[in-house]
Amino acid sequence: MLLKKGMVTIVENYVIEMLNITKEFPGIIANDNVTLQLKKGEIHALLGENGAGKSTLMSVLFGLYQAEKGTIKKDGVEVEIKDPNDANRLGIGMVHQHFKLVEVFSVLDNIILGAETTKYGFLRKKEARERVLALSEEYGLAVDPDALIEDITVGMQQRVEILKMLYRNNDILIFDEPTAVLTPQEIEELLQIMKNMAKSGKSILFITHKLNEILAVADRCTVLRKGKYIGTVNVKDTTKEELSEMMVGRKVEFVVPKKDRIPGNDVLIVKNMTMVSKQHKKNIVNNVSLNVREGEIVCIAGIDGNGQTEFVNGITGLDKINSGEIIFKGVDITHSKIRDRNKLGLSHIPEDRHRHGLVLDFTLADNMVLQRYFEPDFQKNGFILKDKVREYSDKLIERFDVRSGQGSKTIARSMSGGNQQKAIVARELDRDPDLLIAVQPTRGLDVGAIEFIHKQIVAQRDNGKAVLLVSLELDEVMGLSDRILVMYEGEIVGEFDPKKVTVNELGLYMSGAKRQNKESE
Amino acid sequence: MTGGLLFLIIILIIAASVVAIIYANKKAKKLQTVSWFEKQWKKDSVKATTSSFISVFVGLLIGAIILLAMCGSVDGGLKTGLEGVQLIFFGVFNIGRNASGNLVFGWNGTSIGNVLFKAMPLILTGLSVALAFKTGLFNIGAPGQYLMGTAASLIVALSIPTTAVPAWIVWILAFLSGMLAGALWGAIPGLFKAFLNVNEVISCIMTNWIAANLVTALFDNSTGPFKNLLDPSGTKNFAYVYKTTHNGVATPSLGLDKIFPGSQVNAGIFVAIIIAIVVYIVLNKTTFGYELKACGANRDAAKYAGINEKRNILLSMAIAGGLAGAGAALYYLSGNTEFKWLTYQSLPAIGFNGIPVALLASNNPVGVIASAIFLSYLDVAGMSLKYMTTYNEYITSIISAIIVYFSAFALLIKMILEGKIKISFFQNKNINKEVEIKNKEKPKEINESNNDSDEKNIANKEAKE
Repeated sequence: MLLKKGMVTIVENYVIEMLNITKEFPGIIANDNVTLQLKKGEIHALLGENGAGKSTLMSVLFGLYQAEKGTIKKDGVEVEIKDPNDANRLGIGMVHQHFKLVEVFSVLDNIILGAETTKYGFLRKKEARERVLALSEEYGLAVDPDALIEDITVGMQQRVEILKMLYRNNDILIFDEPTAVLTPQEIEELLQIMKNMAKSGKSILFITHKLNEILAVADRCTVLRKGKYIGTVNVKDTTKEELSEMMVGRKVEFVVPKKDRIPGNDVLIVKNMTMVSKQHKKNIVNNVSLNVREGEIVCIAGIDGNGQTEFVNGITGLDKINSGEIIFKGVDITHSKIRDRNKLGLSHIPEDRHRHGLVLDFTLADNMVLQRYFEPDFQKNGFILKDKVREYSDKLIERFDVRSGQGSKTIARSMSGGNQQKAIVARELDRDPDLLIAVQPTRGLDVGAIEFIHKQIVAQRDNGKAVLLVSLELDEVMGLSDRILVMYEGEIVGEFDPKKVTVNELGLYMSGAKRQNKESE
Repeated sequence: MTGGLLFLIIILIIAASVVAIIYANKKAKKLQTVSWFEKQWKKDSVKATTSSFISVFVGLLIGAIILLAMCGSVDGGLKTGLEGVQLIFFGVFNIGRNASGNLVFGWNGTSIGNVLFKAMPLILTGLSVALAFKTGLFNIGAPGQYLMGTAASLIVALSIPTTAVPAWIVWILAFLSGMLAGALWGAIPGLFKAFLNVNEVISCIMTNWIAANLVTALFDNSTGPFKNLLDPSGTKNFAYVYKTTHNGVATPSLGLDKIFPGSQVNAGIFVAIIIAIVVYIVLNKTTFGYELKACGANRDAAKYAGINEKRNILLSMAIAGGLAGAGAALYYLSGNTEFKWLTYQSLPAIGFNGIPVALLASNNPVGVIASAIFLSYLDVAGMSLKYMTTYNEYITSIISAIIVYFSAFALLIKMILEGKIKISFFQNKNINKEVEIKNKEKPKEINESNNDSDEKNIANKEAKE
């Protein structure tokens, strides 16, 4: 059988063993007889779909939950972990998906918080500082101990979380979906850091649903599906396909088939758009012109922070543009209100789903009609027709398989990131837009959900609609687009046919090493 | 001793219901069914209301304990202390002392009516703060808006002679101008917030003091443009603005004076309650309310959705101001209230008290009615404490403040009821840390587990097929 192939049967010394863990919540079993064994100095990936029970299992290990059945052993000795303090004493540390840092404190203050060295009640920051610097050096973290958390990037903040664990001499490090918030560049660096730590004897548990990362760093991988233990495999003996099949329970298509079709008329024309940066003096978007046609997926590729976000904000109306023209379906919308642009048939899957995509304190139903609540379908004389809204939302939830605790009544904040994203995609696609602008539409999703959303985007194209995709993931760029535009420092530096270009070639343009001369094309 | 008996009965009822709930839950758990209590318990509104009641009760209890602790410092000692406890709980129902000097409790129309009367402006300032909170703004400017509403409604009510215009029309005009003045005053910080992103707390505090001095200037008895509205009996530097009855303008009592004889209550309380219900409907049922709440909860997402977020911030502050102004108008148009301008070198407490009223009601407009009544109940109970015992008015104020302070724990108690915070008496180190982590982790986990059950259902379905 497929699953037995890579299984580890040799008796070994494990640092942590979670044996036959069962954790129930009222009515359901989140972990059903799950076993996980972690060797010293290994990177052990924990793979599963959104909601497979990975986080629950790690919460049991970190002392946030107590399992009903099963035992936890540290170095072969059975232990009881009642709360995170117990976990800490046993040398177990965790980097949460959402960081637990004090924004207005410095990096150093955050690291020593709760483990301060004191003398006569006074802080001994100097010693702490030296240790932090030494640790930072040892693992190549390059963290400035005096910077304030609110001033540093998400990637740096994550390193502070890592330093927190190292500072407390934790040997077993749990990373809960650490790459979900990072740029590709930062991901690469993080993976290197993880390797360094494993090399120096730390044991790492790495929760993720990104297969490439597992293949890149992990030694072994345990797969969970719907709370059940599926198996543990040696990563070097397995393939991406095999892992994804274990995880989803069926074969997953990584490339969505597209119909052949010739693009139609221009839907969106942008002429010489320029936007001034709020941070520096240069133009963040510099004289960009492009067009998107019916039945075509145009993708803007580029490293994060090269003006893609601002460019999209300019088109959707979230930011004002300084010069240039935007023509949508023959109408000049350069100075139109956001609502008028939406009504004309523009949909936008925003980059930041918490900031723009959802009102987190609203119910799912209220979020589903965010741009439509004023339409006659959903209101009468200024009164919202709650039943209609709920019906509509129920319909979308079913069609797009948005999973949540209480269906339409769920508060958006309490949903998992993947399902929040699905809800936004559902809302934007159901408006049947002539132009869909999708920025990082599959961020934080598992392979099954990614496949689903890619299919929806391709279906949109096949129906003759225009799609402008902005993505940092080159796999996505190559797989979906009909035309690739590379953006570097606010300018379009190249235009490619995905069939005729390699990833390496694209990389050169993205990093600014090469550029096409537009006139010569 | 009736007071003590009543107190005992209420405690017994509460204890009995707690035991009943626990028992019913345990039974239901054994049978794996959902009891009626559990069903109700799942509703957010039920939890919110329960937690408000619990926190009010805890506040009263702690107030009582402090009163007892302080009884050594007053004449009468423990006896006074025990009387004080009775009065803190039931002071409104006190009808004096009997021949043997014991407190007697019963229906006291005057006190109860006054509770309603004092609640009337509080409901509106509470609504003002609550509505702003719902839309993400902190309206600390209610005192200033209240003051502007006072000035406008008094000027209109006293300047238009009722000999020329019917009194009820003057009343309505005065009410509307009070509301309008408040709205304009609220719109100023709104404008700054919407277009210049100036924090509304700062501009509200500024406009509060501008209002205080402006109103003082308007009614100054030597130079103010409206000095002719002053009561001529007032001496130099010390003057009252006429009661509106001077011009024959007063809110009708609609028979409330018969039910609550001797009190100040009038139909204004109905107006306040109706406004609260209207605010509730607007916020929860209309597209306008949807927009306001969206702007409050996430300004960026509102903008993304094409909602004019600047307009909504402005409107929200203006409406909040209008509500505070309406509160002032209702209070001073009662006809039996006096306005002493010199006082307003400080700010009216009714405006600030809107903040605890709103917080205690978790910003629910209908809940505001109850919390405003509770606050004025405390006020009146405090009065009886002051008059019936040797506790002086300062102690009374301190006790009221403590009770209000503890009432603000409603949110904490709600979180405990929801199981987001575990109280553990045996293991008290680093509780905070644990609580913080639990809070953040739990919603996601619950959700995940629910997903699992969904998945199971799907899997089962598939298996059947």
